[in-house]
Amino acid sequence: MFSDMELDALKEIGNIGAGNAATALSLLLSNKINMNVPRVAIISFDDVSNSVGGPENLVAGIFMRITGDISGNILIIIPKPNAYNLVNYLLKHQPGEAGFSAMEESALVEVGNIIASSYIVALSDFTKLSMKISVPGFAYDMAGAIFSFPLSLYGYMGDTAFLIETEFTEGIDDINFHFFLIPDDESLKVLLKAIGVSSFGWNGQSRNGGI
Amino acid sequence: MVGTVRVGMAEYKVAKSPAILVSLGLGSCVGVALYEPTKKIGGLAHVMLPDSSLSGKKDFNPGKFADTAIDMMIQDMVKIGVDPKRLTGKIAGGAQMFQIKSDSSIMQIGRRNVEAVKSKLALLNIKILSEDVEGNYGRTIEFNCETGELTIRTIGHGIKKI
Repeated sequence: MFSDMELDALKEIGNIGAGNAATALSLLLSNKINMNVPRVAIISFDDVSNSVGGPENLVAGIFMRITGDISGNILIIIPKPNAYNLVNYLLKHQPGEAGFSAMEESALVEVGNIIASSYIVALSDFTKLSMKISVPGFAYDMAGAIFSFPLSLYGYMGDTAFLIETEFTEGIDDINFHFFLIPDDESLKVLLKAIGVSSFGWNGQSRNGGI
Repeated sequence: MVGTVRVGMAEYKVAKSPAILVSLGLGSCVGVALYEPTKKIGGLAHVMLPDSSLSGKKDFNPGKFADTAIDMMIQDMVKIGVDPKRLTGKIAGGAQMFQIKSDSSIMQIGRRNVEAVKSKLALLNIKILSEDVEGNYGRTIEFNCETGELTIRTIGHGIKKI
């Protein structure tokens, strides 16, 4: 169980990471980037893909594994039309209907890499925890299929998914990203402890999914 | 669609003809479809992980793991009069969605799910009639309880009936 204070603290952690990521993204795209207040979602595995248009929605996904003092996963989801807009913005041409070329895929992955790195740098700075991220992996497929892998990693511990979600939007060219931080179960405790909000509700036992 | 029953991630459901059991967007998860042809009763499990012994806690949702989900689903089928000896199976899913170099076996979760499902079904003497597994793409599957046919839809890899 999480107290309201812990949830707020996790939201704030998300906010700090996302703020830095939004700055990096706006520098990269030379445009103003809006972000929403991060959402801390504790929902059934099956509901996760609903925020990005449902399990069958065609999306680009960029996945990175976090290791270090905390471990977890980062998943950046860009719905198909927005991914096309982003490629068009960066490379000045529309991808073909068959999907992304190696060059286009590489551009998307690099943007994902920059966002995730800025997010993690801010998080690491704030919590004084060391973290590093893996080389990104890319998939262009159904949202449910893309989520299944990070959720499976989480599934060993919980019966519900725990994720910190931020949405980045660039209005003029209609570019839109969903950023998901999915910390491993034990790492939530470490994160909360690092910012001094660990005294409520934990009692040293693992969360049992019934939140 | 009338008679469509959605089976979400880490769930299993049992239905009678003319129902169609559907799982949307399987990635590393494996869909296990069991069928009793004379009574036209089908069950579909959307398995996330290979083995319940790896669970971090004792009180878990049995639908998540290959071994427990299949057991529970068969129990539900037996309750409505299915003879487990008559069951046959079809499986789909178990993709590896992301290709990342990693020193641990976590990236191979799809393949491990497929292996776990196969060995569980072998243990129960349930024959796998057909399969469409692994690869690097997502699948939506529809299991028709009238015909026992499993339809697999993908993005960019066509439609298959097994």
